[in-house]
Amino acid sequence: MTASASMPSDPLPLGSGISDRLSKKASRHIKERIIEALLFAAAAFSVFVTIAIVYVLVKESWVFFETVPLSDFLFDTQWTPLFDDAHYGIMVLLSGTLTSSGVALLVAIPLGTIIAIYLSEFAGFKVREIAKPFLELLGGVPTIVYGYFALTFLTPILQKIYPDLPGFNLLSAGLVMGIMIIPYVASLSEDAMRAVPMSLREGSYAMGATRLQTALWVVTPAATSGIASAYILGISRAVGETMILAVAAGMQPNLTFNPTEPGATITSYIVQVALGDLPHGSIGYQTIFAAGLTLLLMTLAFNLLGYWLRKRFREVY
Amino acid sequence: MLKAADLEAIRAIIARAKRWDLFFSLLGILSLMVGVLTFTVLFVDMAIQGVPRLSLDFFTSFPSRRAENAGILSAWVGTVLVMMVTALSAVPLGVAAGVYLEEYAPKNWMTDIIEINISNLAGIPSIVYGLLALGLFVYYFGFGQSILSAGLTLALLILPVIIVATREAIRAIPQSIHEGSYACGATTWQTVSDHILPYSSAGILTGVIIGMARAIGETAPIITIGALTFIAFLPTAPFAGDPPAGLFEWIFAPFTVMPIQMFNWTSRPEAAFTVNAAAAGFVLVFMTLAMNGLAIYVRYRLRKNIKW
Repeated sequence: MTASASMPSDPLPLGSGISDRLSKKASRHIKERIIEALLFAAAAFSVFVTIAIVYVLVKESWVFFETVPLSDFLFDTQWTPLFDDAHYGIMVLLSGTLTSSGVALLVAIPLGTIIAIYLSEFAGFKVREIAKPFLELLGGVPTIVYGYFALTFLTPILQKIYPDLPGFNLLSAGLVMGIMIIPYVASLSEDAMRAVPMSLREGSYAMGATRLQTALWVVTPAATSGIASAYILGISRAVGETMILAVAAGMQPNLTFNPTEPGATITSYIVQVALGDLPHGSIGYQTIFAAGLTLLLMTLAFNLLGYWLRKRFREVY
Repeated sequence: MLKAADLEAIRAIIARAKRWDLFFSLLGILSLMVGVLTFTVLFVDMAIQGVPRLSLDFFTSFPSRRAENAGILSAWVGTVLVMMVTALSAVPLGVAAGVYLEEYAPKNWMTDIIEINISNLAGIPSIVYGLLALGLFVYYFGFGQSILSAGLTLALLILPVIIVATREAIRAIPQSIHEGSYACGATTWQTVSDHILPYSSAGILTGVIIGMARAIGETAPIITIGALTFIAFLPTAPFAGDPPAGLFEWIFAPFTVMPIQMFNWTSRPEAAFTVNAAAAGFVLVFMTLAMNGLAIYVRYRLRKNIKW
């Protein structure tokens, strides 16, 4: 008897049952909408973060540029914002940033690229399985620890080679920074190389090319766009790195491109000011926002360059 | 037929090519070794300097003007509290954003903007986040130089890491799971909460741990918001003191964290403080390594266990 109730030929039960279900569905629909709206808000939050960053930096810099003309900021050759005879030449800080980043990239780009080619084309499965997590660990060491290492270990060693090297210098900071950036360059470049289809390699081997020839003349060109964006990421890491420079490079503003001298960078200047007790709203307080805006524009430019390179040199298979 | 001379020449070419291959292999291993060696030297040097300084007193003492009495009590308590605020704000927000982008987002300009924006945020130097926090949290919202300001700053910093990890974890789930769930009449949220989130939880956890390991070592943004370097007291515990503190009073307390304590000691000229810096650095590296190691382990287990 009861079995017949579930037979398809039976008419659907009318009355409260079905309308209950329908109304339940409506509430379910509303709940779904609310959840979707909440999740959207979480995703859109990141856009507000960007807007907030730009707003805060521009707002404080605006006040700064009302007192200091932009031409002074760009072309003055002294940076002494906290002295009575105040000068605001960002060039001085930029020279420190560029010099230390230059040293870092001289270390990170060749080593990172060689490691990437080695891991992607030469190393066996086991080596890769051990090396990749290790590189991640190397990238995960806090930068303050690298700074300590540059100051207390590398600088004394370098001083044995160049006895004239001062205790604070851009060279040892830059070298350690280069080591820190290797994992970023290596791991992104390797990903790009591994994404090159196997058939290209097989074609190359079939023509009698060796591993090295295949790696250098087939895989690397095919992965150019990915490798380029790995380099760009390395550059923006170097430009934005703070603590290594604050600890080991000395924080004295110095217009120089000589890495064996001490120097301040945009980032280490911000740290220096933040460590002091500058009153909120003073011109010294606003200089760090102007410096930060310069830094943001630089990294933004690098990001756009990376985006363009990816588009320009992307190989589609 | 090949002449013997030609054969010799071909053999010579092959031998030369093999030598170059070998040379490059060695170069690759050597380059890797530069990284390995630096890391080993860094770690061993710090251990030799710092480990003798590690004792129970070091963990239970406040910083002091005398190096031998100084400890990291306020620093590690500060780090733990700041990390709590960071995790509680960044994880829900990051996972929600990741879920939205993978499961809900329509293909339109709005989604494109959000995606480009997230990858841009990941490239912004951490000190710029510090400036944002200084202008926004410290002065505009009036949170002051507190645990709350620091925790939220680091949360913004690691948000992209968590979003990207969430998206990758979700993308690893086969489409058939979605389709099966929808075919049973589940709504999007039911699919997400009953299937997608549980199956991607290990992957998300990996991302969260890596993000937190990064946050623990971040120094620059916290210095920028003006954290003090010399703190000889702990934030009031909930309901402690007279008059009794509220449950959340500690989040507005001044604080210091491990990397700032280390920075403070590193920048002092006396050798005794350098030893303290080494000891603090050792603890810090140990914590980040443990977290990274945990993340690698979780990912390894995940890859081994899940077979769709």
